[in-house]
Amino acid sequence: MTRLLAHDSILVSLVVVLFGMATVPVALRTGRRNLLPYAFAAVYTNFFLISVAAIGMVYALVTHDFSIGYVAQVGSRSTPLLFTVISLWGALEGSILFWAWVLSMYAAAVVWINSRRPGNLVPYAAATLLFVSFFFAILLLGPADPFGSVSPVPADGPGPNPLLQNHILMAIHPPLLYLGYVGMSVPFAFAIGAMLSGEVETDDWMRLTRRWTLSAWGFLSAAIIAGMWWSYEVLGWGGYWAWDPVENASFLPWLTATAFLHSAMVQERRGMLRLWNLNLVVGTFLLTILGTFLTRSGIVSSVHAFTTGTIGYFFLAFIAIVMLASLAMVAGNSERLRSTGRFDSPASRETVFLLNNLFLTAFMFTVLTGTLFPLVAEAIKGVKVSVGEPFFNRMSLPIVVTLLFLMGVGPALPWKSASKAELKAKLLPPAIGAALFLVIGVVAGARNVYSLLAFTFAGYAAFANLREYWIGMRARHTAHGEGWGTALVRLVGGNKHRYGGYTAHLGVILVALGVAASSTFRTEHEATIKPGETISVSGHTLRLKSMWGREEKQRSVVGATLEVMNGAAVRGTMEPHMNFYPMSQAPVPTPAVRSGFLGDLYVNLQAFRPDGSNATIRVIYEPLVPWIWFGGGVVVFGALIAIFPSGMFSARRVEA
Amino acid sequence: MTETKSPKSKRRPWVIGGVVVVLGVFVYLLYGGLDKNVVFFLTPQELLAKGTAGYDVPVRLGGQVKAGTVKWDDKTLRLTFQVTDGKSEVAVQSSGAPPQMFRDGMGVVVEGRFGRDHVFNSTGLMVKHSNEYRAPKAGEKPQEMYKTLIKGSGS
Repeated sequence: MTRLLAHDSILVSLVVVLFGMATVPVALRTGRRNLLPYAFAAVYTNFFLISVAAIGMVYALVTHDFSIGYVAQVGSRSTPLLFTVISLWGALEGSILFWAWVLSMYAAAVVWINSRRPGNLVPYAAATLLFVSFFFAILLLGPADPFGSVSPVPADGPGPNPLLQNHILMAIHPPLLYLGYVGMSVPFAFAIGAMLSGEVETDDWMRLTRRWTLSAWGFLSAAIIAGMWWSYEVLGWGGYWAWDPVENASFLPWLTATAFLHSAMVQERRGMLRLWNLNLVVGTFLLTILGTFLTRSGIVSSVHAFTTGTIGYFFLAFIAIVMLASLAMVAGNSERLRSTGRFDSPASRETVFLLNNLFLTAFMFTVLTGTLFPLVAEAIKGVKVSVGEPFFNRMSLPIVVTLLFLMGVGPALPWKSASKAELKAKLLPPAIGAALFLVIGVVAGARNVYSLLAFTFAGYAAFANLREYWIGMRARHTAHGEGWGTALVRLVGGNKHRYGGYTAHLGVILVALGVAASSTFRTEHEATIKPGETISVSGHTLRLKSMWGREEKQRSVVGATLEVMNGAAVRGTMEPHMNFYPMSQAPVPTPAVRSGFLGDLYVNLQAFRPDGSNATIRVIYEPLVPWIWFGGGVVVFGALIAIFPSGMFSARRVEA
Repeated sequence: MTETKSPKSKRRPWVIGGVVVVLGVFVYLLYGGLDKNVVFFLTPQELLAKGTAGYDVPVRLGGQVKAGTVKWDDKTLRLTFQVTDGKSEVAVQSSGAPPQMFRDGMGVVVEGRFGRDHVFNSTGLMVKHSNEYRAPKAGEKPQEMYKTLIKGSGS
């Protein structure tokens, strides 16, 4: 019943989507705009139909309807309810269904908000979103059909991948990632719409999509941080980033989207980089599809890669079609995409934005090269290779420290051009921050040139960005006699875009400091100890109190209880453990983390004697790692400030 | 819009030249970086077939744990075993605890370097999970293996 209803919804949605896609050009080319509401209705209907399918799947999962292929694959009667619900995105078919659902939701929201706008831009954007929906509907009916029937109906299933049901972040990271990934379809659709409707000259598409791009970027930022956190909390290796293809897949569109957020400002203020911005938007969308291809096709092996099937070819074909069609459109519109402004002086904010774009794009190409190289090598030479972490680290560190430095220079410089006196007044004071952080780094024991540079430039950028707030607040305080709190609120409210951006900068600086410190000063120790014995790392001592085991509904757990010692006194306990899921040959490690302001004490149970007479414990001291998670929150908060609806102060326009 | 003194046409070649140089350096760095950091994925037979070219380069070695070769000293944290592909074997030495439930015949990928002493020094050890569900054999269930720890909770 559920199976037929949900499956048929997708089938009907395919027809509805095709109808909507065809209606738009017919209505616009023949001048029958009264047909457009039908196209918009198709968008809403598609949202309704995919919702029926997705909710039907959740219903089937919760009621353990093992006659449905996907439920038989990931469901289990012993899995807790929350993890049953979120196994909607726990394997290939369900995640494609979830993707299609999020996309149909975005499309409906875009039409709902913009459908009354005159002109051809919005209808073409809607048709573009329907085209992407069409692709996903085909996947759901073909290579990723979640509603295949199973017979005979099994009594129970294996449950979701143990790694995916071991931590609550699995309820958070994937939806955020999808909201970010799929959200990038909206600016893409508007860019295509602008080119098809000939409205690229007005830049209106960028104004209309600003909030969509910012929200998608905010979701993507949050998703990347949540993914790092998950890796840290579940995999038990004490790290959070390994340049794994699936991590790179989420990072690539983030880099181009970040570049776009900056270069869009250059276009708005100075009328430059039109062609470049279109390419960034199209590129970002393509990278999200490429990322889905990498993680979902099974072409790279990881926890994200579910099966090997034909789905990869569908993705490659879709990527090729989108790339060729977009390139053709961009080329066809190149006359309309001329810059109306030009660079006046190298000492200007637009120069810094240009450099920012250059380095972010170089970063993207570096990561892309390292990620795709193994695929290319295997396809061409038939050798199996992987690109080691040293490649990514060596290539990205110079880029990262340069970007940190630019983050301090950009906000300080004015548009157009800066005089020598201005340059001095703006660029010299942050050197105090740079010197301070450099000294802290040296005193803390950093000797590696890149970590020292990272600390120095993080200090520079932090000082420069905070100073912008200070200058603005002081001006309001003196001019209007406002209290400091009011001054801050009104300052930010008056230019949410700008100060939201500076807040995001501060978040990125916190993340950078966390990464620099944890990779420079990390200390670890591994030892086999008996109950009563201790293990120490950089001044922290842990005593093994006991080994224990218990049985839970869906798994068995074996753990160690360790006491955190302060001299002879016990300050607390930590309980790293291993979860044994029946379907998995290897246990899932569950490290214990004790966070402080300056860092985490991270303890993992590596191995133990079956009778519990000893345990091999790995203790890591991870400086500033909590700053990464907090910094991620600050980045998202910055995006929220910039997205927040305009109040009375936001009408300020800067002369261009 | 302020008028500027240097016209666009004069600056163009400088800009294009700059872009070409930057791109060139970038591609050169990428190439150089890749050249040194590509890690080959090899089976024991393929590794041994490389002869001296197989020494001291980063390699990922894949195969099965050869039955009866696992030795683990929990005092020194020294782990040794042999990886086999059914045709050849390579002795592997690693430090750190083996994954819990590490057993004979299990698929593994070890990352590290093959030394001139014909011992593979591993810096990373990954267990390959087969995707298919396999019911645990008698005595392999954690409840049975760790029965002194997990007692009497009965289900």
